[in-house]
Amino acid sequence: MRAVVTVVGKDKTGIIAKVSTFLAERDVNILDISQTIMQDYFAMIMMVDLANASEKLADLAEDCRKMGEKIGMSIHIQHEDIFNAMHSV
Amino acid sequence: MFNYTDVLETINMVEREHLDIRTVTMGISLLPCIRSDAKATADAVYETVTKRAENIVKVAAELSKEYGIPIVNKRVSVTPVSLITAAFPEKSALVGRALDRAANTLGIDFLGGYSALVHKGMADYERRFLETIPEVLATTEKLCSSVNVGSSKSGINMDAVRLMGEIVKKTAEITADRDGFGCAKLVVFCNAVEDNPFMAGAFHGVGEKDAVINVGVSGPGVVQHALEAIPDADLAEVAEMIKRTAFKITRAGQLIANEAAKRLNASFGIVDLSLAPTPARGDSVAQILEEMGLESVGTHGTTACLAMLNDAVKKGGVMASSRVGGLSGAFIPVSEDIGMIEAAERGDINIDKLEAMTAVCSVGLDMIAIPGDTSAATISAIIADEAAIGMINNKTTAVRVIPAPGKKVGDSVNFGGLLGRAPIMPVHDKSSIKFISRGGLIPAPIHSNKN
Repeated sequence: MRAVVTVVGKDKTGIIAKVSTFLAERDVNILDISQTIMQDYFAMIMMVDLANASEKLADLAEDCRKMGEKIGMSIHIQHEDIFNAMHSV
Repeated sequence: MFNYTDVLETINMVEREHLDIRTVTMGISLLPCIRSDAKATADAVYETVTKRAENIVKVAAELSKEYGIPIVNKRVSVTPVSLITAAFPEKSALVGRALDRAANTLGIDFLGGYSALVHKGMADYERRFLETIPEVLATTEKLCSSVNVGSSKSGINMDAVRLMGEIVKKTAEITADRDGFGCAKLVVFCNAVEDNPFMAGAFHGVGEKDAVINVGVSGPGVVQHALEAIPDADLAEVAEMIKRTAFKITRAGQLIANEAAKRLNASFGIVDLSLAPTPARGDSVAQILEEMGLESVGTHGTTACLAMLNDAVKKGGVMASSRVGGLSGAFIPVSEDIGMIEAAERGDINIDKLEAMTAVCSVGLDMIAIPGDTSAATISAIIADEAAIGMINNKTTAVRVIPAPGKKVGDSVNFGGLLGRAPIMPVHDKSSIKFISRGGLIPAPIHSNKN
């Protein structure tokens, strides 16, 4: 199963390092990363594969939220289908 | 890979614009629960509902986390109870309380279906069932009741309309300690639909499968936000924008509905393409109408704006869902929409304008608090007017008014949560009693003869 991780917030050093370490610790494989700075705001979208993940998606979502709070960013992980459904016909 | 705009748009819709799945509602047939006495039937009903919907709360929580979209309410709708208790109508309350207990056991928000369909005629067992409604609503928490008193095909059963005016009044009186809260769980329909996931009017039609999942989406805030981005657009562009937004919202609903049905081992029923407001600021249908260019909802132009909104939501939503049903359109409950509440407090919207609006949107006079001394005949007449609009226009209309005991114009009631608060709205003081006392049936309109 593939999911989309989004990380949004004020830019600072080490965001990618922290988020990718967090995902690696849970055996979440990153397939694609796209990152930019929009008006001082850091925005990153990752496509990840959960085939070998050590946690279920619902638990990962909760962990991501907590991780986001810890580093002062808004972090979400969502099933890719929600974006497919809403943004493609 | 998705582009930034799309992904961040979805996140923003949820975080800032109140996009949510308003309800995942499981419809359950109670027909196999009919036994020879009330107690055994009530036990079978409790067993069936708690077993069939056992995982609804758990699955909704999982889906909500996995897809990152809140699911606000989990609900169950059941076969109209009057059909289950036809052999012992005066004991229907036993089944009603069993359903309420089942709702508490499951941890769901509402359970609908303490209902009767009397649009053409009222059998004796149905009359006796209807008479149990006030007491049952007063002694249950989550159980909702609905009664269909008219249809485009059969006309309006004015005997039922007269009785329902009395029942609404009595329900308010015996829940007087909570400002007539019982009436917030009671809706009177014309052209009721069998697959509506929204309360208080949800019930599971007899033409349905044994267990289905119906989903109602929400998202007035998303539409409002989309319109804020095009302040100078003409109305054709506004309609296009509403369609596009409704499409996205509905697709999210369809996805959740499919997944929920799969995980709950039920059939996918329908997606209800509705814009359902909540009392939260920025989650209001009234504010969409104001964004279109009205100083306040209720002023001249409101009906036109609402007609366009309702139609555009349907057009956008229909393509997004494999099966559309329920009420599908914009809801205009007064107490559940901050824009409506404020307009009512300012005196900018009244019951006559609301009635006109119901001719072009998906429901009817909904969650309107009226003075406690409003007579049963006047409530019946309000119901008759709404039913006539529904009957002639081939659409669902409904009345959910709360004649708040002891309250008068200038006062307000507060039900809390999604049900919100409402100022008492004036009704006309001239009597309709002679008209209502006539009883009988208003015949179906000529255009119902399509065969």
